[in-house]
Amino acid sequence: MSPGGEDEIGSDHMSTGGENPGGDNPGGAGSTSTGSGAATATAVEDIRLEIPVQRPRRAENFVALCFVVSVLATIGLAITYSLGGQVQAEGALLGLGLGGMGVGVAAWGKYLMPQGPFVEDRHELPKPESDRRAFGAAFSRGSVAVERRGFLGKLLGAAIGVFSIVGIFPFLRSLYNPRPGNALDFTFFRRGSRLVRIDGRPVMADDVDVGGVLTVFPEGHAGDAVSQTLLIRASSVPITTLPGRETWSPHGYLAYSKLCTHAGCPVSLYQQQVQQLLCPCHQSVFTLLNGARPIFGPAPRLLPQLPIMDNGDGFLRAQSDFQEPVGPGFWERNTSTTLNPPKTAAGQ
Amino acid sequence: MKSRDAPRPSLEDRTVELARWTDDRFGVAKIGKTALNKIFPDHWSFLLGEIAMYTFVILIITGIFLTLFFVPSTHEVIYHGSYLPLRGQRVSEAYQSTVDISLNVRAGLVMRQMHHWAADIFAAAVVVHLCRIFFTGAFRRPRELNYMIGLTMLILVIVNGFIGYSLPDDQISGAGLRIAFSIFLSLPIIGTWGAFLLWGGNFPGNGDIIPRFYSLHILIIPAVIAGLLVAHLGIMWHQKHTDFPGKEKTNRTVVGSSFWPTYVAKTTGYFFIIFAGLALLGGLFQINPIWLYGSYEPFKVSYAVQPDWYMGWLDGALRIMPAWETQFAGRYLISAPFYPAVVLPGLTFTALYMWPFIEARFTKENRMEHHLLDRPRDRPVRTGLGVGVLSFYVMLFLASSTDVLANTLRVSLNGVLWTFRIGTPTIPIVVGLATYQICKELSRAPGAGLRKRSNVVVRSAEGGYTTVPANIRPGDFEGEPPPESLPEEAVPRGAMGDRRRRPDEGGEEVGVGVDRTEATAVTPPRRFGGFFRPWHRPAGNS
Repeated sequence: MSPGGEDEIGSDHMSTGGENPGGDNPGGAGSTSTGSGAATATAVEDIRLEIPVQRPRRAENFVALCFVVSVLATIGLAITYSLGGQVQAEGALLGLGLGGMGVGVAAWGKYLMPQGPFVEDRHELPKPESDRRAFGAAFSRGSVAVERRGFLGKLLGAAIGVFSIVGIFPFLRSLYNPRPGNALDFTFFRRGSRLVRIDGRPVMADDVDVGGVLTVFPEGHAGDAVSQTLLIRASSVPITTLPGRETWSPHGYLAYSKLCTHAGCPVSLYQQQVQQLLCPCHQSVFTLLNGARPIFGPAPRLLPQLPIMDNGDGFLRAQSDFQEPVGPGFWERNTSTTLNPPKTAAGQ
Repeated sequence: MKSRDAPRPSLEDRTVELARWTDDRFGVAKIGKTALNKIFPDHWSFLLGEIAMYTFVILIITGIFLTLFFVPSTHEVIYHGSYLPLRGQRVSEAYQSTVDISLNVRAGLVMRQMHHWAADIFAAAVVVHLCRIFFTGAFRRPRELNYMIGLTMLILVIVNGFIGYSLPDDQISGAGLRIAFSIFLSLPIIGTWGAFLLWGGNFPGNGDIIPRFYSLHILIIPAVIAGLLVAHLGIMWHQKHTDFPGKEKTNRTVVGSSFWPTYVAKTTGYFFIIFAGLALLGGLFQINPIWLYGSYEPFKVSYAVQPDWYMGWLDGALRIMPAWETQFAGRYLISAPFYPAVVLPGLTFTALYMWPFIEARFTKENRMEHHLLDRPRDRPVRTGLGVGVLSFYVMLFLASSTDVLANTLRVSLNGVLWTFRIGTPTIPIVVGLATYQICKELSRAPGAGLRKRSNVVVRSAEGGYTTVPANIRPGDFEGEPPPESLPEEAVPRGAMGDRRRRPDEGGEEVGVGVDRTEATAVTPPRRFGGFFRPWHRPAGNS
C-alpha cells in the first residue's frame, strides 16, 4: 500500500479516482498507516485533504480572527468577574468568548477541511438467514429450558408479583403518612372560630368598608392554604342569597372559599362594579349576586360559602366549617349531603 | 532522549503511532477506523437534534453550578439579604437561596438565566426535531424504536422543565404547583392518594415537595435522559443517518463528509455557538426575575400567571375547557381538570407513540427499510394531518394567554375565550385540509420545488465563450462513473471515497450563473463566505 500511495504523487488524482474504483481506496487508511516518509510531502496533494474553498488564506484569517476575539473576550470576562461581576457584561463576554471559539471551529470545519462528498454503503440491518435462525434458536433454547419446568416459572412469577405488591407498600408508606382520609373535606374553621387576617389580627365587624374585600383565615391558622377565605362586604346591589343561607351574612358580609373550584388557584380579583370574582389563573368568573355561581370559564361549581356570625362582641366568627369540600374536585368528592349539589351548578 | 540529528517524526507518523498505541491496549483499530471514517450527511435540519443534545450538556454544566448554592427547603426564614424590598419578609430557604444566586453569587444570575433559557430551548429543539422526523417520515422502519425513545425524552424534558421551574418556590411557580396538585387530584381512583403521597399531605404539603422535586430534577430524571440519549445516539450511529433523496443518495448509501475531522470540527464549533447563544440570552435577556415575584404565599396570585412555553398548551387547554364535571354513582366525581390535563396529554402521547405503527398499517411501508426521507409535500395525508394537529397545539398554546390577549387587544375576555373555544377544534381542520390541498397541487405542478440547474460559462480552446447548462449534477457528465464508495465495515481496509471529477475539465471555468445546484453536487469549488448558508449546498461562483 505504501508504494501505491507514493505512486500517486504527482499523478492526476482526479482521474485516478475515476478510473480506478476500489483500487484507489487502499490509499486511505492503508497508506497512512504504513507509508511514513512520503506522507508529509503528499499531504497537500492528497485528494482526501482537498478543501472546499478557493482562497484558504481568507478563511484562515477569519478563523484566526474568531479565536483572537474569543481570547480577548474571555480575558475581559475574567476582568469583569474579578471586579465584582455585572450580568450583561458577563453574558456578552461569555457569549463572545464561546462564540469566537464556536464560529472559528465551525468555519475551520466548513472551509478548511475536506467536505467530500464521500459515499458510504449502508450495511444490511437484517443479517443472513442462517444467523437469524441461529439467533432464534439460541433464544428459544433458553425459553424451552425454562418452559420445561413451567410450574416453577409460574411460582417465580407469583413470588415476584406478591413481592411487588407487598414490597411497594412499605416503600410508599415510608415516604410519609399520605392517607388522605377525609382531609379534603374539611378546613380549620370551627363553630366560633374568629376570622383573622394573614398577620393573625381578628376581623371586627366594622373593619371592612362596604365594597371592600379581605382574605381571612380561621384563628390560629393564618396563611393556611386550604382554609383561605374571601370576606367581601358587598355593595348595596341586591344580592340573592341561596335558600338556607339567609343567616350566613351579618352586616352584608359574604365569605366564600378563596380556592377556585376549577384548579384550586386563589380567586383573588374582586370586580366591585359588577360584583364578580375572577380567578387570574384560568379566568373563571363567579358572580356574587347569586351565591358565587360560576358564570364564565372552566370552573364547574359554586364557590363554597362560609356561614359567619357576629355574637355581639364585634368579632366576626364562623358559624361552622364549610358545608362542602373546598377547592377543586377529586374522585371521592361526595356532595350529595351538602346544600349545593353540583347539579345546580352544572347548568352553567 | 532523541538524538538531535534524528528528524522529528511527521505528524502523520506520530498520529499513526498513537493509533497503534491505542489499539495495542484496547484493540479498537477496526471500530475506530470505521468510526473516524463514518459519513455524516450535510443538511441543516440534522442540526436540530444537535441543538437539543448540546443544550442538555449546557443544562448540566450550568445546573452543577446552581446546585452549589441552592437550598432545597421550604423552611421559612426571615430574609436579611441584600435585596431591600424583601428585607424582613418571611421567605422559604429555597426562595432565599435562589434570590442569593441571582443577586449575590458572582455570575450567579448569568448561570441561572442560562439554565432557564437552555431548558426552554432544549424543549423547543426537541419539538422541532420531532417535527422534522415526523414530516419527513424518518420514524419508519427501522427507526420506530428510536423515535419512541425520542418521545420519551420529550416527556421527560417537559416534566423536568416543570419541576425545575417549581424549585425556586416563588409566587408564580407556587401557583403552578397548586394547579399540578389539583390535576393530580382529578385522577380517578388514585388521584387523592397520589397527590397526598407526592406532596406529603394536603396542599401545600408538609415541606416535602421541594426536596423531592430537587432529587428528581437534578439526579433521577437527568440520569434517565442521559441514558436514553446514549441509546438514541447509539442506535442512530448503528442505523446510520437518513437523508433526502438525490443523485447518488439511495436507500443503500450515505453521502456526506466524514466524521473526522470535518464533522468533529463543525459539531464542536456548533456546540460552542449554542453555548455562546445561551450565554448571550442568559446575560442580556432577563428571564424569570423571581425577586420581583416574592416567595410563594398560597393566598396570593397575580395577573398573567403563565408557565414556561412547553406547558402552555396544557394551560391553554385548562382555560378553554368547558366546565364539565361529572358526579356519578352518587359517590364519585370526574373533576374538571381531568379532561384537559390528563386525557388530552394522554391521547397526545399515545397517538405520537403509536403513529409509526398506525401509518405502517395503512401504507404497508414497514415491509422494507427506509433510509431516504420523504419530501413533506409528497405525502399530503401525513403532512396535512401533521400540520393540522400541530395547529391544534398552537391554538392551545395561544389560548394560554387569553387574559393577556384580551388586555392587549382591549377586547372582552369573554370574546377571546369563545374565539378559542370555537377556533381550537375548527381551525386545525381548515389548516389540515389546506395543507393537504397545497401538497396535492405542488406534486401536480411540474418541476415545482426543483432547484434550477446552474449555467456555466465555458471558454473553449479557441477562446470563444459559451453558456451551457451546468453539467455539475453528478451523473450529468457523460460517462462519469459514480463516486467511490467507502468500504463497508466488513472490509478491513478503510479509506475515503474519492472526490468527484470536476465537470468542466477541459474548459476553463469562468463562472456559474445560478447558485442552485443539486444538493449532492459539491463539485464547483466553493469560495469563502456565506457562513450561514446551508452546509450542504455549494456556494457557486457567481
